[in-house]
Amino acid sequence: MIGGAILIVLYLVALFAGFVAPYSYDHLDTNYSFHQPILPRLQNFQLVVPRYEQGAAVFTYHAVAGDSKPVHFFVRGAKYKLFGMVPTVIHLFGTGDDRYPIYLLGTDQFGRDVFSRLLYGSQISLSIGVIGILLSFTFGMMIGGISGYFSGGTDTVIMRLCELIMSIPALYLIISLRATFPPGMSSAQVYAMIVIILSFIGWASMARVIRGMTLSLREQQFVLAARALGQSHLKIIVRHILPNTFSYVIVAATLSVPYYILGEVVLSFLGVGIQEPSASWGNMLTAAQNTEYLRNFPWLLAPGAAIFVTVLAFNFLGDGLRDAADTKSS
Amino acid sequence: MNLLEIKNLKLDFGAGAEALRAVDGVSLTIGAGETVCLVGESGCGKTVTALSIAQLVPTPPANYVGGEILLNGRDVLKMSNSELCNIRGGVVSYVFQEPGAALNPVFRIGNQIKESLKLHKPEKATNEEVIRLLKLVGIPAPESRIRNYPFEMSGGMQQRVMIAMALASEPKLLVADEPTTALDVTIQAQILELLHELKQRLGMAILLITHNLGIVGDMADRVAVMYAGQIVELSPAKELLRRPLHPYTRALMNAVPKLAGGADRLSAIPGNVPRIGDFPPGCRFAPRCPIAKPECSKKIPDLVEVEAGRWVRCPFWKTESI
Repeated sequence: MIGGAILIVLYLVALFAGFVAPYSYDHLDTNYSFHQPILPRLQNFQLVVPRYEQGAAVFTYHAVAGDSKPVHFFVRGAKYKLFGMVPTVIHLFGTGDDRYPIYLLGTDQFGRDVFSRLLYGSQISLSIGVIGILLSFTFGMMIGGISGYFSGGTDTVIMRLCELIMSIPALYLIISLRATFPPGMSSAQVYAMIVIILSFIGWASMARVIRGMTLSLREQQFVLAARALGQSHLKIIVRHILPNTFSYVIVAATLSVPYYILGEVVLSFLGVGIQEPSASWGNMLTAAQNTEYLRNFPWLLAPGAAIFVTVLAFNFLGDGLRDAADTKSS
Repeated sequence: MNLLEIKNLKLDFGAGAEALRAVDGVSLTIGAGETVCLVGESGCGKTVTALSIAQLVPTPPANYVGGEILLNGRDVLKMSNSELCNIRGGVVSYVFQEPGAALNPVFRIGNQIKESLKLHKPEKATNEEVIRLLKLVGIPAPESRIRNYPFEMSGGMQQRVMIAMALASEPKLLVADEPTTALDVTIQAQILELLHELKQRLGMAILLITHNLGIVGDMADRVAVMYAGQIVELSPAKELLRRPLHPYTRALMNAVPKLAGGADRLSAIPGNVPRIGDFPPGCRFAPRCPIAKPECSKKIPDLVEVEAGRWVRCPFWKTESI
């Protein structure tokens, strides 16, 4: 259940990204390119951040002794919209002074705060998993339910279609599907496109499993009883058969979310997903491709750590749910 | 006009050369408010006949080859899908053998009964009506029971819920397919008592499928005995129990252990029920029949009315040998 707790925190933070992040995702500060992480220190019972000055070499910075500013909570800063609706300027923490920045995870080559971008990126990366799962599982359950319930010719056609989709390596399919969309789309369009592509690939395996479960469920007497009550085929599938697969579906969905998150990461990493300056974990990692950068500025890998934690948390949660749903094992 | 008239129903499983005839020329009528029992061994076509009344046997694999099923004078086999949905639950309701399996395990029973109401009496789909129905079938504390899941109830209670669902739409005909087979004996008696009482109160007809001859005596007005897809004897219940005419019925009655009898060996019918598609020529009971004659294997005998209201598919029914 640790996984569940971690995920709740992650999603809450993603929801309040604008509030928690001290800067906007496209806040540039070219004087501080590749700045190392700035962590507040405890001084006289106050959290303070020192002022940093450019060192002799490029991209080296050192703290100016004795020159620091306390960190305030609920400080005024850049404008943003909470939940995309409520305009506000209050941030969880900050110094309220641009000369004393807080870069918890350092900055990238344009001097953008990696921590803030990580939070804004989580909005995209985390929600794509959930929305993608909702779409593809709804689709997969309906198709699988219909396929299994009617069986015969319908079943054959649908299942061969599923196998066709599953037989193509997912990555090639993702990239070739991406090619069918025009370049130069807005962020929202790209987001929708990624969800559609990932769902288009994901529904087939779900449909297969649901179809198998439906084949056995439709022989159950309660299906006959529902038919004897005069219930229509579609309602029997939706109201009687599919709810009986939920215990499996919830576990499967939890375990599948990471694949959708990784799918977005892959697309963005390859530069065909979320475009700059919008942040996603995938396109932030693009900046960390260069080994030179990696050696000198390892904080650029922070999105990788975030992906790692999220995927692990989803797997823990999925395993926990499976144990809870499976009454046979202890 | 009879409520239900099944005329010469013939049903195959599969088609073409591999077709297996599960129901072969069954004719049966049920009047309004009448209780008819359908008796026979497992696999003799009782359930398929009963499910056919609302065309619930999936086609394919099943295939209606001939005959008609007139429900209120209209042929069920010729109805459209939406008409069938109105008939099912609306005119004919079913109660099945395994109440635990016939209730959807993931929904509260109150909602399941309400669903039945929504389909046929949408204006009455309220909690009050559900509670009234649960009271009607004798479930104590129905107010709290409606929030139960099926697994929280005993088999007898589950069967009462099934009956409540079946009654929700006030059907004209209740088809109970071995409603007590999965229940223990005391609960069996309670459920049968309940069915009997409800029938009197609501004036519906019941088609009761069973292989328990004890139930027949308690419940039925008339009895149809099936063997290998055919009705072999059709008779008023009391007379059949007092004086069975067909050798198969007689053998069945002999096979029932009697309390009064001594420690005799229980008599069983020799041989096995013939497999569907593997029926012997002529009378299907002939190979197991104690009074079989050579001509029995030549031609299937007809179902003949030998006395008023008593039909027998055996020309030698007068032979007293067992």
